[in-house]
Amino acid sequence: MTLTVETYGTLAEANAARRGDSRYLAGGTLVMRDLNYAVPGLSRVLRVSNPPRAIRQQGERLSMDAGVTMADVIESREAAFLAPVARSVGGPAVRNMATVGGNLFAAHPYGDFTAALLALDGEVQFVDGRTQPMEAFLAERDRAPLVASITMRMPRTGEFRFRKVARVKPKGVSVMSIAAWLPGAPMRVSQVRIAFGAMGPTPLRARAAEQVLEGKVLDASGIERALSVATQGLAPVDDALASAWYRNEVAPVHLRRLLLDEEPEP
Amino acid sequence: MSKIPVQFTLNGTEKAVFVDPGANLLDVLRRGVGDLSPKYGCAQGTCGSCAMLIDGELRLGCLTLAEAVSGARIETTGGLQTGEEPHPLQTAFMEGFAAQCGYCTPGMIMAAKALLDRNPNPSRDDVIEAISGNICRCTGYQPIVDAILTAADRMRGRIA
Amino acid sequence: MPVEFRKDLFANERDDTLKEIGQPRIRQDILGHVSGRSPYYDDHLFEGLLHMRCVRSPHHHARIRHIDAGAAERMPGVVRVVWPADVPHNINTLLSLINFGRDDEALLQPSRVTYIGEPVLAIIAKTEREAREAAAAVRVDWEPLPHVLDVEEALKPDAPTVNGEYPNNTFDYHDLYDHQKLRFGDVEKGFREADHIVEGEYRMSPIEQAPIETCGAIAAPETNDRYVCHTATQGLFFSLAVTAKLLDIASSRLHFIGGTVGGGFGGKVDSITEPMAVLGARLTGQPVKFMWDREEEMQVGAPRGAELWRIKDGVARDGRILARQFTGFFDSGAYTRLSSYAVVKGTGHLPGPYTIPNVASNVYCVFTNRTPATAMRGFGITGVDFAIECQMDKVAEAAGLDPIELRILNAYRDGDMKAHRREAKNCALIECCQVAADKARWPLSPQSRAASSMTEGGVGWRAEIPETVTDQVGRIGERRRQALPSEPGAGAAATGRVAAGMRRDDRSVELPPQVADMAKEQERTGYSGKVDLPDHAAPASVQPAPATPVQRPAAPLPTQPPPPPPPPAGTAPSLPPAAQQRADDPEAAEQARRRAASRFISGTRRRR
Ligand SMILES: Cc1cc2nc3c(=O)[nH]c(=O)nc-3n(C[C@H](O)[C@H](O)[C@H](O)COP(=O)(O)OP(=O)(O)OC[C@H]3O[C@@H](n4cnc5c(N)ncnc54)[C@H](O)[C@@H]3O)c2cc1C
Ligand code: FES
Ligand code: FES
Repeated sequence: MTLTVETYGTLAEANAARRGDSRYLAGGTLVMRDLNYAVPGLSRVLRVSNPPRAIRQQGERLSMDAGVTMADVIESREAAFLAPVARSVGGPAVRNMATVGGNLFAAHPYGDFTAALLALDGEVQFVDGRTQPMEAFLAERDRAPLVASITMRMPRTGEFRFRKVARVKPKGVSVMSIAAWLPGAPMRVSQVRIAFGAMGPTPLRARAAEQVLEGKVLDASGIERALSVATQGLAPVDDALASAWYRNEVAPVHLRRLLLDEEPEP
Repeated sequence: MSKIPVQFTLNGTEKAVFVDPGANLLDVLRRGVGDLSPKYGCAQGTCGSCAMLIDGELRLGCLTLAEAVSGARIETTGGLQTGEEPHPLQTAFMEGFAAQCGYCTPGMIMAAKALLDRNPNPSRDDVIEAISGNICRCTGYQPIVDAILTAADRMRGRIA
Repeated sequence: MPVEFRKDLFANERDDTLKEIGQPRIRQDILGHVSGRSPYYDDHLFEGLLHMRCVRSPHHHARIRHIDAGAAERMPGVVRVVWPADVPHNINTLLSLINFGRDDEALLQPSRVTYIGEPVLAIIAKTEREAREAAAAVRVDWEPLPHVLDVEEALKPDAPTVNGEYPNNTFDYHDLYDHQKLRFGDVEKGFREADHIVEGEYRMSPIEQAPIETCGAIAAPETNDRYVCHTATQGLFFSLAVTAKLLDIASSRLHFIGGTVGGGFGGKVDSITEPMAVLGARLTGQPVKFMWDREEEMQVGAPRGAELWRIKDGVARDGRILARQFTGFFDSGAYTRLSSYAVVKGTGHLPGPYTIPNVASNVYCVFTNRTPATAMRGFGITGVDFAIECQMDKVAEAAGLDPIELRILNAYRDGDMKAHRREAKNCALIECCQVAADKARWPLSPQSRAASSMTEGGVGWRAEIPETVTDQVGRIGERRRQALPSEPGAGAAATGRVAAGMRRDDRSVELPPQVADMAKEQERTGYSGKVDLPDHAAPASVQPAPATPVQRPAAPLPTQPPPPPPPPAGTAPSLPPAAQQRADDPEAAEQARRRAASRFISGTRRRR
């Protein structure tokens, strides 16, 4: 099987060249591994010579090109609320390479950045101009065309929280990550969005917990019911980092710490 | 399989090589160009032993598509010593017993250089963060972090 | 953290004026390390290097019905498919080099795989990618078989046989038992005298050494009909001899170059990549690299094996441990590799660094359908040490004592008798405990603070070899016929007693060499001690049993009945017939050893 690498000038051109046997290469932190290990069925690689890497504020929302790297996010002023999320991905070398677009497609247990986008009411914009809410996108991402950019809500100070639970610090891969957009926090919250990473095949929303938090104050009694339904709708699996059982057991504990804004474990 | 020509500078020297489609930069530097200082440890980005600077940014050779680095400026540990004396990072690693088997060392030193190039006065936590993508199985991180801090001190002394 | 030298401790046992030892020194190889110029095996470039990759079992246990490598053979870049039949002597066990154990493992498995990742075929191709793609195109028709992944399950009579050479799923010890026994004193008596019985069970998972450089080797034809092999091995001559044996090639034709190893920690002694690479070079006449990728290193790289330990202690009210019994299981995985030896080494370590007058252990080397296990730092010891120290904490709790003081109370002192009948020397546990307690600001009683490894040792019972109860349970194969309990002494009455004795004087006895050509040659070894010419009449001083029991002053603790008089020579009942015959009859002993031995030694045919 001969392998070819095709380089295009724009994402649209690359998109037009896509077929079943091809794979788009962005930062390459996942695709290159598959090339190095000669994963069967991967024989055409498509890339774009200089994919756009801009971050723009658009009213209440922030837009990022798919080619933005984790390091770009950390350095951006507009995206400061996402810096802790970007910093939680890999080590410094990985962050210089890993893109936001690639993170949308990263299989379990990866996808920490995507969990944050899901909580922030993210929307995906494809090269053909179509858009799709993050949740719908994740449900059928295997069939998605190339992604041009992502937009998300810019939370007000204190409204967005993110925790990553890992066994190795500071670089470990997620046992789980939790992102929450908590309008109104720390007082009465409304329209809460909570997303878990590494608790299912893609990042997933904890809708049951979101619903029972409506109108609640984020204190021990206000969040009690949310904790009891925290894992509803999640579908964790066993992997080398943690069993599904363990993940389900500790998810409410970590959600409690996030909602009460307790200091993370050292 | 048709080969692809690629040109870049490696440690200040122009290089031109033909690479296989899909080849990673680590392989090309080692086999194609003969710079053996970056090491193979995993070919999947997890160990850091192939870390190098590309246009001044820390990257992993094993996850970099070789043909994509055309025109880039690449730095590896093999080119760190420019004059008579080893680089201060090298000296500090030697004196501080910051290597045992030495296999992780070239990547570790490049991660440290990426940090010091940007932040000449790092805190201990900055150093830990900077080498968090590099695994060392022999030495323990304590002497490595100490050596990087020592090198930073000495380099500031030299500049000041 | 700076190293702290505690030169106040044991100052008179050490010369502090040495020029090198104890002085800080820069490693002689470190300039190469920091400049990226240290030559690891993969840093040797060869024109026309070929790449070798294995087809591996996806099953724990399966029969190979059929292999179709036709499509793979025709793929671009493929130079050669390597079949089991291409391996000239396709059976080995690592320790055959020291005549320990029987050959049980093929380099490429021809018929029945017994762990996930076991190699059955190899592909040599021009590029690594081509080798990978061809290996993926090989079709194997597997017939999955029942497997066993747990040591105690593997000991049951109806467990599937893992390793054909050891059909009982246990390594054979001394041609007699399915486990390694240690008997010292009478643990049952110790338990009867105890105030507390403390039992614990401890399990350790396998641990991968995970060196940053994966295992690998590059071999190439060299001048004078030789092969050069650059390797990551931790044991260069060990790997050379294994290669010579598997490939049936004189070791003089192998030129091994190594010594610069990117981390090993025990995981690079198994000598698999070297014979594979040399075989590839031999079959193709070209340089061949056989390198494990990270996934192989984790999946088929032999880890420190899983262990299971049960410990039962009899403890006096004051905290002295009167009896300690072990039942231990080393999970060897599918093949022996080094686990057989780990068991012997681990047994030699029992009961830990504590003076205990009654000790018994049964330790099993068990075959299961898991990745074969091998050495890792502190090999054979680390697991049981973990178990022992957890158990010590448990004992402290049961006896209501401080855990550090409990250790100081029971620690070996110089001159104490160990359970394997050697005198404790250069002990330092007490001092370690004292220093650790200080560092942790842990209060110690005046007695514990005053204790010393150099005092109170070797007095009275502490120097005696007690009367020892023996048994013969667990003969090879017995467990297959009937479920037997695994712990020492259980399931059968004591069948023998070895008389109590005393340590001999301190002078060690030099044994004459068994055969004339084993005599030390001073000019070859640099050995400058006394060289005895072979004298086949063994001197009286090397009789195995201690000669006369010396009456010592009544031991303060524990109150023992006086040792019975030694049985008259020739009536010692402890040796089973086979062993007795071997001890008496050198011919039979040699015969027995031959059976277990490989027909090769150090890669060349054994001289008859
Ligand atoms: C050592 C290491 C540590 C890591 N740690 C983390 C971590 O902590 N958290 C985490 O979330 N991830 C982690 N990752 C995974 C990965 O690095 C990130 O998810 C990264 O964001 C992937 O982006 P990429 O640009 O490198 O993707 P690539 O490898 O280039 O692509 C990944 C997938 O996304 C597709 N893709 C990329 N861009 C687009 C696009 N614009 N449109 C359509 N499809 C696209 C590709 O076709 C491919 O299928 C780690 C990876 C490594 C090697
Ligand atoms: S070889 Fe590149 S990170 Fe391990
Ligand atoms: S010195 Fe061996 S891995 Fe770091």
